[in-house]
Amino acid sequence: MSRLLTYAQALNEAVSLTMEVDPAVFIIGEGVDDPKGIFGSTSGLKEKFGDRASDMPLSENGMTGVIIGAALAGMRPVMTHQRIDFTLLALDQIVNHAAKRCYTSGGRQGVPITIRCIIGRGWGQGSQHSQSLHSFFAHIPGLKVVMPTTPYDAKGLLIASIEDNNPVVFIEHRWLYNINGQVPEGLYRVPIGEAKMVREGSDLTIAAVSYMTLEALRAADMLAEAGVSVEVVDVRTLRPLDDKPIINSARKTGRLLVADTGWKAAGFSAEIVARVVEELHGLLKCAPRRIALPDCPTPTTPALANNYYPRSVDLVAAVCDMLGMKPDRPFAQATTAVPLDLPDKLFTGPF
Amino acid sequence: MTSMPIDTTQARALYTKLVLIREVEELIAHAYAEQQMRCPTHLCVGQEAVPAAVGTALRPDDYIFGTYRGHGIYLAKGGSLRAMLAELYGKAAGVTRGKSGSMQLIAPEVGFLCASALVGGTIPIAVGGGLAAKMRGEDRVSVAVFGDAATEEGVFHEAMNFASLKKLPVVFVCENNFFAVYTHISARQCADNIYQRAAAYDMHGVRVDGNDIVAVYEAMREAVAVARNGGGPTLIEARTYRWREHCGPNWDNDLGYRSAEEAKNWMQQEPVKRFERFVTEARLLSADELRTIRERIVEEAAEALTFAKNSPFPDACELLTGVYAP
Repeated sequence: MSRLLTYAQALNEAVSLTMEVDPAVFIIGEGVDDPKGIFGSTSGLKEKFGDRASDMPLSENGMTGVIIGAALAGMRPVMTHQRIDFTLLALDQIVNHAAKRCYTSGGRQGVPITIRCIIGRGWGQGSQHSQSLHSFFAHIPGLKVVMPTTPYDAKGLLIASIEDNNPVVFIEHRWLYNINGQVPEGLYRVPIGEAKMVREGSDLTIAAVSYMTLEALRAADMLAEAGVSVEVVDVRTLRPLDDKPIINSARKTGRLLVADTGWKAAGFSAEIVARVVEELHGLLKCAPRRIALPDCPTPTTPALANNYYPRSVDLVAAVCDMLGMKPDRPFAQATTAVPLDLPDKLFTGPF
Repeated sequence: MTSMPIDTTQARALYTKLVLIREVEELIAHAYAEQQMRCPTHLCVGQEAVPAAVGTALRPDDYIFGTYRGHGIYLAKGGSLRAMLAELYGKAAGVTRGKSGSMQLIAPEVGFLCASALVGGTIPIAVGGGLAAKMRGEDRVSVAVFGDAATEEGVFHEAMNFASLKKLPVVFVCENNFFAVYTHISARQCADNIYQRAAAYDMHGVRVDGNDIVAVYEAMREAVAVARNGGGPTLIEARTYRWREHCGPNWDNDLGYRSAEEAKNWMQQEPVKRFERFVTEARLLSADELRTIRERIVEEAAEALTFAKNSPFPDACELLTGVYAP
């Protein structure tokens, strides 16, 4: 049976179901059992599972070490951070320890931990509460990096991540928390390491990461009205990266645009472009393009943030340019319904 | 008649581990000059009493987590000597098939779950071992072994706070050898009081002479008993001294970072001879027994070294294997 769930409810259900079937699974993080329950994604777990759903001291590095040790001793921990920025305090344990353990044990040990972390955005989150750091983690051999877009993928990928015998950095975007989608009941897995074509098209490929998949789909809708057929691939897993669907799509359409939630410079969008060009150089009809964040930290005031976050109209403009089209009407009107610093019409601040 | 802190069985176990570590480290120091052990190697010559006592005080199913100066802990917990030496030579028969060398030894089959080249890195990881044991209702103990400089890292404090908060079955063992490479502790820490930091985290802290294996063993046994019975963690500061250079087989007192006088004083407190004196005077073991134990170990170590040297290297195709667990 499938129901309409929010992204947050889907995440909650994934953790709850894995904890029901496997006593080795536990969840720990700042605010896991507080009244807000990580934006609802951990609400009710304490009532159901007692100490297996617990808060923790504000010791991100030390507590990451603790879950690594628990994992080496047979547990299957999930840690959750309300902002991905906090994982920077834990980089020693994540990168020097968790990511290396399997290889440096000669394949004898695995570290089955899942580190959930949320990319903040909007309502003035600013430079230390809204970074999009997935490119950084995707650089590290030994980590898996997952960024689901839909509630269906959020649940299926989180279950797969918890069941995986490796450290998974599971990155959620705050603006996806309230979106709805059909989510089956019970346990199911979406395999880690599989990109997904979410819209078929013939003129141009947009490879999108996380929330930018929604902006890409909006752009595709607008472009369809102008007679342009856009294919959209949701990357879903950044490491290991499943580049085949992206390369195959770009081979078919001859054009590639990458939409990323992170910075452009040395960012994940460059990795996708490089992989496609390495395979398809000479077959592409135009140079690949990237829509990503400009080269500065996130500003707080909406006056500046308006020019910081790319949206569907920016994708539309890039597509038109790549196709040598001049849009015959202003697409920009389509996105004025919600201010740029709010995720949806239902939202009121603070975050 | 005063009561004897250890019996003959314990004396034999302690002496066997103590001499095993000494003989193996000296053998490595000797063989290292051949330039065939091509990995950074940190010897614990002079500090053997701490790992030997810690290993003897634990059950095979207890967990232990160590540092890059980890041969002592590895051997004391019961790790395979052949596999350790093969690892130093980068051979396929090594502990990790040559993937990590001397600094990150493991022996999961006897509870040695990991070591780290990052100072302090395994302290919170050891606490995680204690958390797992407690969550499963087991009576296992988890031990973190680390050096004095590790107490300058944030994770030391984070780990102690959490272990005490949750009353986890953990023993923190600090091998205080006074130096971070060439830098003396007095240049790094505001006070010489590592064991007293336990009080800030509402747990018991104790300082022992780390070259007195009986003292370390007694402190360790008590801390393990408390942890096993739900009494929470203890911090043990064992004061000892590294004889050879920070990394490698050589002597380096000529560099001038510590005085020959200081080194000489510590070497007079040498743990092996000290324990030999103790057990023979207490009539726990005879000089003959000590000799027999040592000879057997020397033979075993020589055999393991030959095995390691003659073992094949891993196949080149193993470069990309084991990045991820299946």
